[in-house]
Amino acid sequence: MLNPYKVREDFPILKRKVNDHPLIYFDNAATSQKPRQVIEAIKSFYENHNANVHRAVHTLSQEASELYEDAHEEVAKFINADGMSEIVFVRGTTEAINLVAYSWGFHNLGKNDEVVVSLMEHHSNIVPWEMLSRTRGFNVRYADVNGDGSLNYGSLEKTISKKTKLVCLSHVSNVTGAINDVKKVAKLAHEHGALLLVDGAQSVPHLPVDVKDLEVDFLAFSGHKMLAPTGIGVLYGKREILEGMSPFHGGGEMIREVSFEPKIKRCLISWNDLPWKFEAGTPHVSGGVGLMEAVKYLKRLGMADVKAHEEMLTQYALPRMKECGEKVRVYGPLGSSARCGIIPFGIEELSSHDIALFLDSYGIMIRSGYHCAQPLHELLKLNSSARASFYIYNTREEIDKFVEALGEIERF
Amino acid sequence: MGIVEDYVARTDGTCGKDKDVIVTFKYDKKDDAAKRILNKAKVQKSIAKIIFELTFGSVSFRLYGSGKAIFRDIKDKDELNSILSQLLS
Repeated sequence: MLNPYKVREDFPILKRKVNDHPLIYFDNAATSQKPRQVIEAIKSFYENHNANVHRAVHTLSQEASELYEDAHEEVAKFINADGMSEIVFVRGTTEAINLVAYSWGFHNLGKNDEVVVSLMEHHSNIVPWEMLSRTRGFNVRYADVNGDGSLNYGSLEKTISKKTKLVCLSHVSNVTGAINDVKKVAKLAHEHGALLLVDGAQSVPHLPVDVKDLEVDFLAFSGHKMLAPTGIGVLYGKREILEGMSPFHGGGEMIREVSFEPKIKRCLISWNDLPWKFEAGTPHVSGGVGLMEAVKYLKRLGMADVKAHEEMLTQYALPRMKECGEKVRVYGPLGSSARCGIIPFGIEELSSHDIALFLDSYGIMIRSGYHCAQPLHELLKLNSSARASFYIYNTREEIDKFVEALGEIERF
Repeated sequence: MGIVEDYVARTDGTCGKDKDVIVTFKYDKKDDAAKRILNKAKVQKSIAKIIFELTFGSVSFRLYGSGKAIFRDIKDKDELNSILSQLLS
């Protein structure tokens, strides 16, 4: 079992105070805090191995290249991919989805095609498809959600048709924490000849994810939500699909050859191997090193235990939050096993920002607003919502303090 | 430098259907800012020194002990600046 008190010792930031109160960090769905192992790995990289990768024959470049490649391999093992050729490092989930949109989508989606997206998606899994549809002419269709914010599988089934070329779905909702049955949706998509792109931003950091078991075609996730630094993320793609795709960005690193052909006065270009074909320019090497260390840290804890810990915290928090007072409203699926450690809530007559500012006075950090999921809020008839989200270093005692403060503002 | 720039670190529009504005006072001036505001505005209710529900003319807002304030129904930046300069002067 995961021991959060021991875990906390690895996170220097948790020792600080905010507004004269010990920091309680419940904004993990936005970004996670970083353990000293990750911070030190990045520091060590810059102090001992810093060089550009795949560019030079000197020792430092060799070392940096090796570390960067090891990072891809480590991530591949973490999600059970077939090696680093299926792991493209990007800036984050948003860039990963845009890569699929502009590389795969640009060449494979046309007038009579459809992309199916759920209404619970983060804007980063809606906007790229709406943008691309305006130039490529395909239709974006939306699958509905239920009153508790969970996916309406009946609606999804009706929305997918022979015209569907791609289904885009979050594994875990960043608003309600609802866990979607990705395996079921993969089967449905594949039966119709469509591919499945999964936004794993809120699942890969919090529960075991096996791309083979889930049968996803693409999986996008961010490093910064799973203990790694910002600016590094991952696009997993099945090798045969990535091989058939054209690069998204052009430049150095992603080419094998660029040769000027005098006869036609043009350059002839051939692409590099996977995954470098999709990693143009000097990559975020230290970010990759940090991500590798973060993955190692999570593996040591065990992802099943990470999930169990968050389930325990959610199970502990849900009834206590409801007991705070009549004006407290908790949204999302009621069962703690149907959701990850994300709890959206509100207090009658108070805006979500008032709640967040009040809690901030007690050193408790939560998120308020639309959480980049305006369509879902509109559907659930919410002006905005407050959101508490947990991770490996959060404790029951922190939830007690949070609930106590919540009760105080509920009576205001 | 005007009085608003002297006391205010940043102003942010909130995310959500209600378009409120959050004002963050400079850390070293937050206590002085709160004192000035509490001298000018009328306290409707409060919890210790954590949160104050205030009115100033027709404007209602909340002030937090952490050095932030949330203003509702503000037309634009000029209106906010005008209210803040009256409250802080």
